[in-house]
Amino acid sequence: MRVTMKVNGQETTAEIEPRLLLVHYLRESAGLTGTHWGCDTSNCGACTVWLDGAPVKSCTTLAAMADGHEVRTVEGLADPVTGDLDPVQQGFMEEHGLQCGFCTPGMMMTARALLDRNPDPDEDTIREAISGNLCRCTGYENIVRAIRWAATHQTVDSQEVSA
Amino acid sequence: MTATEIPPPDAALSPAGNPLGFGRMLRKEDARFLRGQGHYVDDLRLPGMLHGAILRSPYAHARIVSIDTSAAEAHPKVKAVITGAVLETLNLAWMPTLSGDVTAVLATDKVRYQGQEVAFVVAEDEYSARDALELIDVEYDPLPAVVDARHALDPDAPVIRDDLEGRTDNHIYDWEAGDAAACEEVFAKAEVVVAQDMIYPRVHPAPMETCGSVAHMDPVTGKLTVWTTTQAPHAHRTVYALVAGLPEHKIQIISPDIGGGFGNKVGIYPGYVLSIVGSIVTKAPVKWMEDRSENLMSTSFARDYHMHGEIAATKDGKILGLRVNVLADHGAFNGVAQPTKFPAGFFHIFTGSYDYPAAHCKVTAVYTNKALGGVAYACSFRITEAVYLVERMVDCLAFELKMDPAELRMKNLLRPEQFPYTTPTGWEYDSGNYPAALDEAKRIAGYDELRREQAERRAAAAEPGADPAAPLMGIGISFFTEGVGAGPRKHMDILGLGMADGCDLRVHPTGKAQLRLSVQTQGQGHETTFAQIVSHVLGIPPEDIEVIHGDTDNTPFGLGTYGSRSTPVSGAAAAVAAQRVKDKARIVAAAALECSPDDLEWEHGRWYVKGDPSKGQTMAEIAMASHGSLELPEGVEGHLDASVVYNPPNLTYPFGCYIAVVDVDPQTGQVKVRRFIAVDDCGPRINPMIVEGQVHGGLADGVGMALMEVIAFDSDGNNLGGSFMDYLLPTSMECPSWELGQTVTPSPHHPIGVKGVGESATVGSPAAVVNAVLDALQLRHADMPFTPAATWRAMQGRPLRPDLAIE
Ligand code: FES
Ligand code: FES
Repeated sequence: MRVTMKVNGQETTAEIEPRLLLVHYLRESAGLTGTHWGCDTSNCGACTVWLDGAPVKSCTTLAAMADGHEVRTVEGLADPVTGDLDPVQQGFMEEHGLQCGFCTPGMMMTARALLDRNPDPDEDTIREAISGNLCRCTGYENIVRAIRWAATHQTVDSQEVSA
Repeated sequence: MTATEIPPPDAALSPAGNPLGFGRMLRKEDARFLRGQGHYVDDLRLPGMLHGAILRSPYAHARIVSIDTSAAEAHPKVKAVITGAVLETLNLAWMPTLSGDVTAVLATDKVRYQGQEVAFVVAEDEYSARDALELIDVEYDPLPAVVDARHALDPDAPVIRDDLEGRTDNHIYDWEAGDAAACEEVFAKAEVVVAQDMIYPRVHPAPMETCGSVAHMDPVTGKLTVWTTTQAPHAHRTVYALVAGLPEHKIQIISPDIGGGFGNKVGIYPGYVLSIVGSIVTKAPVKWMEDRSENLMSTSFARDYHMHGEIAATKDGKILGLRVNVLADHGAFNGVAQPTKFPAGFFHIFTGSYDYPAAHCKVTAVYTNKALGGVAYACSFRITEAVYLVERMVDCLAFELKMDPAELRMKNLLRPEQFPYTTPTGWEYDSGNYPAALDEAKRIAGYDELRREQAERRAAAAEPGADPAAPLMGIGISFFTEGVGAGPRKHMDILGLGMADGCDLRVHPTGKAQLRLSVQTQGQGHETTFAQIVSHVLGIPPEDIEVIHGDTDNTPFGLGTYGSRSTPVSGAAAAVAAQRVKDKARIVAAAALECSPDDLEWEHGRWYVKGDPSKGQTMAEIAMASHGSLELPEGVEGHLDASVVYNPPNLTYPFGCYIAVVDVDPQTGQVKVRRFIAVDDCGPRINPMIVEGQVHGGLADGVGMALMEVIAFDSDGNNLGGSFMDYLLPTSMECPSWELGQTVTPSPHHPIGVKGVGESATVGSPAAVVNAVLDALQLRHADMPFTPAATWRAMQGRPLRPDLAIE
């Protein structure tokens, strides 16, 4: 079957098997390898992307389900024109919220969605929001701090988005 | 420097605002990861690349009667189907393990654990390869499985390794350390002896990225390139050369970005070899990536030590001796990855951080019908097991003596003046101030206040009409001594390869530098910290120093990153290389300034004439001069480079004290880690931000192992931890906000005094959490992990055996 979807604002299309998972569509057909795969059971969140503005686990979503929809991945987090990092990305860097970087794209997509919903989350809210994203390296402490950093350094642009 | 005096970071800043040397610096590697532009093995796409998938055994122990691959071969997208029989014709069905045993690449005669590799399919895409697995028909003749290590040596136990000539049992080795007779004497006279059985169950490192490789054997040049998830690219190259008989200079191992290792990516797995064979057979690049179940079921488990400890002491709590018997479950093949002379790794460091004269251990290793592995999951060559043992035994002693466990520890800790200290089992601890670390942890925790709170809660719970749901509060301490930086070549080798590491430093004409390392990062931030090491010595801004690693064609030989050895071994190599460059720079500067090198003095980044600081040469000027036409003294070559192989004189011994505070729900057995205080001493901190990150990650491991992580088996040998639904990792909800502290005791033998920290927290933290849970339950012992069910059963006086299925 043929699917067409907007990924990070750009139209993509491909002939696919109906069983193709969205994570594989993004990595193989769209060539966006920033979205990772880490488990067989929808537990790890390494594959988290946005589908029409809401975070989903792309390993549990068929590419066919995204046909005609909009997807946003880690490659679409930074400003597409200036290349400036999103405050979430900046926060992960400033607070050492990543080590091996494997969980990071999914973690940041979840974090961005949280901040858009709730621009000033407290620690407990952050911990709950990222509880579907596993990280084996950081013990989560600096991820929480990174998201707090982003919350206190929202740019004008992202404030508008979250408003 | 005393233990509590924290050295200031290198004060000067580079033009980019980074410290010229030690200090907090944001990571260079982050830029690509944040934008989704990391390069992990699975991200690699080569023209014409094919995909491999492995058929695995559903049985723990079965004879293979027949394998029919015809239907799979007929699949339109399948390019090759490889079985053990095919490999036999290439003499590749078996390969050596890192412990002098052999292991099957693909099973030929029998399968010996559930998940073992039976056949390999190469197809045009991964989905088709996995489809074709379903088309392979294997007939098995199931055999009884050896699941419980405690019955592996029973006379009627099935013999697992009948492939080995003359084998009649499942015994691998017996190994001893220490002095049994000295223990006998001490134990016979001791006022108090406490004995305890405990299990350090089988767990898995489970990095978020699973293992995999892309192999490309170029049919024209005969060069094999393997992009693979390895923590030890050079060691892997040598092993491939030995296994496959390929010329080593025609093998290039590239370890690109690695999504976490923790020991999982030290070993050589059949999948790696099969991707190579697949590429040779199909003449195309072949990718193989394991899925999560394959990762948890077949690659490198950790621990699986059944321990019996006995501790002897006086009535007032002076420890006199410790002896241990260990039954080590090695799975179906002896594939532990550790220095050759240490079959039980560094377990004999189990005497811990305390001062007593007598110690002895005996380790018996057995085969069982489980996956191979053993040394993994940030264990520092089994120091995790050793620390857990001694820290549990000390708490058992405190329990019997009704003594405060902090007080008991303080009474027995080694004193600063005893260093360098030789332990009863022969380790020479380099430096330490242990009481200071314990005091610091107690101070941060507010230990006395916590004990008061606990006493009040216990008193309230004993009142009539007390709230039956009131949480039970527990406080647990663990004090650990790590031994990292393996190691001195004459004592330590892996497969005959001495554990030294090389490093090349090249300063370019413009004064920018490249540093080539044999070690490989999996998230530890080497690209940043190693640049800081060179910057510390030479004053070159760290942003001007590029670290190159993970490619055997472009880096010097060395044994790789595991056992927290990068900083103590390669970090030393980098510091020595930088020092050699600095020494040469002095000669060049003297030539340029027309004076004697002895007349020069160093300030950060510059040699200048003593008494006339205006006359000098910066590193950039010296670099240009050494590549230019300046006449250099007789015998001094041009350029500004250094090559070093660092052979560590001893291990370094980081240490620390951890305190966990838990609340146990008496009605559900649910454990909540309320606080966790970690005081680490790893010597001076190159980049405190990165050190703290390393500690945070290890503490989460400790919470995981203590509360949820375990790979158990049922009586047929079915793996019960084969997915993230069954093998639980701690999430942000189970981890508290870590409270860190530090003391600083430099290593006297490391060129820049640093000790390494990567595994300290994984080694030290499980015992703190377990001790806290048992303190809450007021029990002497029960085995981890304290899942709600296990905690509940322990509370009922019927503790679970964690390594086997619930009856
Ligand atoms: S890959 Fe693990 S949740 Fe999607
Ligand atoms: S940074 Fe490695 S898994 Fe999160």
